Amino acid sequence: MSTELFPFYLAATVALVSTLLAVTRYNPTHALIYFIISLLATAVIFFLLGAPFAAVLEIMIYAGAIVVLFLFVVMMLNLGSRGDELEHQWLKPKMWVMPSVLCLILFFELVYVLSGPSHPITGTAVSPKEVGIQLFGPYVLAVEIASMLLLAGLVGAYHLGRRYLSDARGQS
Amino acid sequence: MPDEVFIYVIVFGTLLGTLTFAAVLVWFERRLLGLWQDRLGPNRVGPFGIGLALADILKLLTKEDWIPPFADRIVFIFAPTAVLIAMFMGFTVIPWAPGVQIVDLNIGLLFFLGMTSLAVYSVLLGGLASHNKYSLLGALRAGAQMVSYEVFMGLSLMGVVMLAGSFSLVDIVNAQQDLWFVVSQPLGFFVFLIAGIAESHRLPFDLPEAEHELVAGFHTEYSGMKFGMFMLGEYLGVILISSIMATVFFGGWLGPDFLPPFFWLAIKIFTLICFFVLLRAAIPRPRFDQLMSLGWKIMLPLTLANLLVTGGIVLLTGYQP
Repeated sequence: MSTELFPFYLAATVALVSTLLAVTRYNPTHALIYFIISLLATAVIFFLLGAPFAAVLEIMIYAGAIVVLFLFVVMMLNLGSRGDELEHQWLKPKMWVMPSVLCLILFFELVYVLSGPSHPITGTAVSPKEVGIQLFGPYVLAVEIASMLLLAGLVGAYHLGRRYLSDARGQS
Repeated sequence: MPDEVFIYVIVFGTLLGTLTFAAVLVWFERRLLGLWQDRLGPNRVGPFGIGLALADILKLLTKEDWIPPFADRIVFIFAPTAVLIAMFMGFTVIPWAPGVQIVDLNIGLLFFLGMTSLAVYSVLLGGLASHNKYSLLGALRAGAQMVSYEVFMGLSLMGVVMLAGSFSLVDIVNAQQDLWFVVSQPLGFFVFLIAGIAESHRLPFDLPEAEHELVAGFHTEYSGMKFGMFMLGEYLGVILISSIMATVFFGGWLGPDFLPPFFWLAIKIFTLICFFVLLRAAIPRPRFDQLMSLGWKIMLPLTLANLLVTGGIVLLTGYQP
């Protein structure tokens, strides 16, 4: 192992271990903290592969906004230690059989793909400007579709909030 | 190798400089508040009362550091450290003077936004791990407030990015040779200022710790140095937001030649911090729903209109940064 690749393997190990811990924790808060660490490790990998823009978006959007909302839901549910016990009952050893089999299939597929012709990493850093030109050039259709999906989500959220408000007013 | 020594000097200079400044700011803010509210403020310990900063640190270090038995121990200890790490990481991209910077990332501004968004966790986890209803309510408020205001904070900076043509803070400063961005992007500056106060949850937007309704909000159960770390994180946040504001909107280190570049930046940061303190002295705290509707109903449309107009002008005039 050359010293050049050392940061990559370190980040990859952190990502794998923290993801594994995120899946196996009974306490949802601890699971989410491990999930954040896993996302940060993935961001480091993106950075090392020459995609700093993707790395920062991973931190800002996934770690900084989406997981915050997950944590928000956990807070409102007020699970406490009772939730941990329930989780303990639900996650029986035989629950792990199917996910393990599926993961094994994916693992063999990955080994098969990697044993084929090599895909060297060119190591050129992609600047935010190039990402923008690509997004609004060849991939403009994908951007438009994603924006429509987001708009639908926005309208849906507005609708849910609206109904709740009028109900509350009716009761008072 | 002088280059390698130089980078260590910058790293430790930034670390110790911001830390010392944050500690002194605790005293300075109270003194300035006193001045503006027509009273003396702390003036007993040492000249002008500056010894108060040291006395405060000594007090916090020697106090009993109590972890409640009902709290989630590991998360409870981790939470106050998270804010310090995120804030110190945010300082890495700030150019103190030409060539004096820890790292010049081509995504510098986005890196700053990412680090401030990670700082939310310290408040959220601190409140959640305390297992106290006031802490939980404070953390909920902080989460909603910071996630909402992050949106406008990021968007308000994009007009500047459009005019400078780069996310790098050095390029942004160099693009302000002729005109500060506060003149060409007044709306962007206004929104960033308000979002910055909300993001560092300072008065008048300190609803997560509103003491008249939530005891002390998310840090109700914290004592000793862990409380000190939350406090330090808040002051570091003020310095960080002021530094970014000075760099992005007020020309950073640029200024007439009779003072070295770093002094110009320091003067701008210092003035902005004084303005933050003045806001605290002058404006009452809004209700939480008022805060949220101000954000989503006024700030968001304003930033989007600002982006649209800036983008339109850049497109029409064929402006090349």
